[in-house]
Amino acid sequence: MDKLIISKNDLPKLLDDLIKKYTVFAPTNNNDTVIFSQIKKANEANLNYLNSQYPPKALMLCQTETLFKFKPGPKGDIESVKLDEKKIIFGIRPCDAKSMAILDHAFSGDYKDPYFLTKRDNTLLIGLSCIKPGVNCFCTSFDDSPASSKYVDILLTEIGDKYYVEVMSDRGKQITKGASKFFKPAKESDAKSKKEAEKKAISAIKRTQKTDKIAEKLDKIFDNKFWKEVADRCVGCGTCTYLCPTCHCFDIQDESTLTKGARVRVWDTCMNPEYTLHASGYNPRPARANRVRNRVYHKYNYYPKNFNVIACVGCGRCIDLCPVNIDIIDVVTQAGEVKP
Amino acid sequence: MKENPYEPWLATVEEIRPEVGGQRPIKTFKLKFKDKKVQDNFTFVPGQCAMVSLLGQGECFFAISSSPTKKGFIEVSVMKLGKVTTALHELDPGDIVGVRGPYGNNFDVNGWKGKNLIFIGGGIGQAPLRSLIQYVVDKRKDYGKLDVIYGARTSKDISYKEEFAELDKRKDVNVHLSIDVKEDGWKKFVGFVPDNLLKVKPSPKNSIAITCGPPIMIKFVIQNLEKLGFTEDQIFTTLEMRMKCGIGKCGRCNIGNLYVCKDGPVFSYKQLKNIYGER
Repeated sequence: MDKLIISKNDLPKLLDDLIKKYTVFAPTNNNDTVIFSQIKKANEANLNYLNSQYPPKALMLCQTETLFKFKPGPKGDIESVKLDEKKIIFGIRPCDAKSMAILDHAFSGDYKDPYFLTKRDNTLLIGLSCIKPGVNCFCTSFDDSPASSKYVDILLTEIGDKYYVEVMSDRGKQITKGASKFFKPAKESDAKSKKEAEKKAISAIKRTQKTDKIAEKLDKIFDNKFWKEVADRCVGCGTCTYLCPTCHCFDIQDESTLTKGARVRVWDTCMNPEYTLHASGYNPRPARANRVRNRVYHKYNYYPKNFNVIACVGCGRCIDLCPVNIDIIDVVTQAGEVKP
Repeated sequence: MKENPYEPWLATVEEIRPEVGGQRPIKTFKLKFKDKKVQDNFTFVPGQCAMVSLLGQGECFFAISSSPTKKGFIEVSVMKLGKVTTALHELDPGDIVGVRGPYGNNFDVNGWKGKNLIFIGGGIGQAPLRSLIQYVVDKRKDYGKLDVIYGARTSKDISYKEEFAELDKRKDVNVHLSIDVKEDGWKKFVGFVPDNLLKVKPSPKNSIAITCGPPIMIKFVIQNLEKLGFTEDQIFTTLEMRMKCGIGKCGRCNIGNLYVCKDGPVFSYKQLKNIYGER
């Protein structure tokens, strides 16, 4: 596919151009943090960010989403909702883009999830390489790169006063074609500059999680006291799961007044005891150790067994924001060293 | 199944039969899809489940307790226990519920042809077994000896009472009921289901045992089946978990890497022995 460049001066013009044609989401300042939200002008986007506070998966698996509307009660009726319009997520980090590919497994398969998959199909990802990774970034532990173009339609990498543009899909090509005045073909020296920027970024990642044969290793230590030790520190707040770009658990609730209602789904977390509580009062995961273990196993054992991929992208959010400093890099690395 | 798996079809409650009263009552709901085409196309195999909802109250995952050989409706048996089941218990015939499914795997009704079947149920756990029993009785020639072992706390807690009586009249089905504690006038077995199983003493030869009930009952039933010589691939059970989506997405019903809603609810004891995970 095409390799292009765009100057830093032209990037806002491109963005404004896209905003005219599409619904564009980009990283924006939100108090002290950055979140993805819809922008109406290019200058609302903050492209010098490390990563968003919560992942842009929220644009695919919404924190709250109406599944359908209904007239409540025993004489009720239901009414479908219209599924999503086309949009662009501009400036998504390669790790978060990868998380969407990971989530595709969960939401496709035997039963297709129309809400997630429609949004996914209707959303174009324009990625932005990390050239200055954070202290808890570890995407390289999964053989990925902070400048990976694998999971986006277009990838931008900052090189000096311009961006190196890798067009990765036909949809991406339509975008660059439709705004061709902003792009120039890349020279060999530009490709080299990208490689250098990527190399520099990779070497700036200091932390490594040892994931070699981790699924097999976890198979042998399910009942180990190690999990109790890890969980002793956990306060069960669920931050790690809500902020995780690959967590996909949800709850379904009916919300209604006397005359109208909606069945909605909302993010849920396996850190809540209510999550698995039966109506009878029985709970298969009654202790925090059960729940902490479930989180780790879901990502490093169950997901690899079911879909052949570890459900972690190394974004580091759960490490940055855990109130008691539980560190998934250490937990998994140490779990791999536990004697069965 | 609908194109959107989260959207239920509407179904009319045709009939409500109280099975058990008391503190934890059970009712069986006969449901007929409003759209005749949907009703005609709704096919399932015993063991499969459906999500039944009352709009505004929420959804629950229930075993379909009727057999696919009974056409034109489906039945679910519901114990009044939580928010949704309480709301369902307040329904009247003619009311509307949402139904989606069928979900999950099923009993191997084809693979078990020619075999002797032993059903061991307790309490509301009889619901999925009822579907299978109705099925094999309707296709009686296809199966060997049939033993139905069922127990409840008291004689008042026995669900499907009339159906057990009907089955008992047949010469080609053996029904073995029990209650936990002695009662005046009760002439059948008194004691727990696993003990009744030992008394009935079914032969493992060319047999399949299917059990469902409270977890503690299942545990001892399996122990006793092994005592009787049943191997782990001759023992089947069907499990339940808290569920929301029914299609393996919402996350909560997993045992290890398997989702009970999608990969279950029917498991052989052999499978269960080889997967780890909270249950």
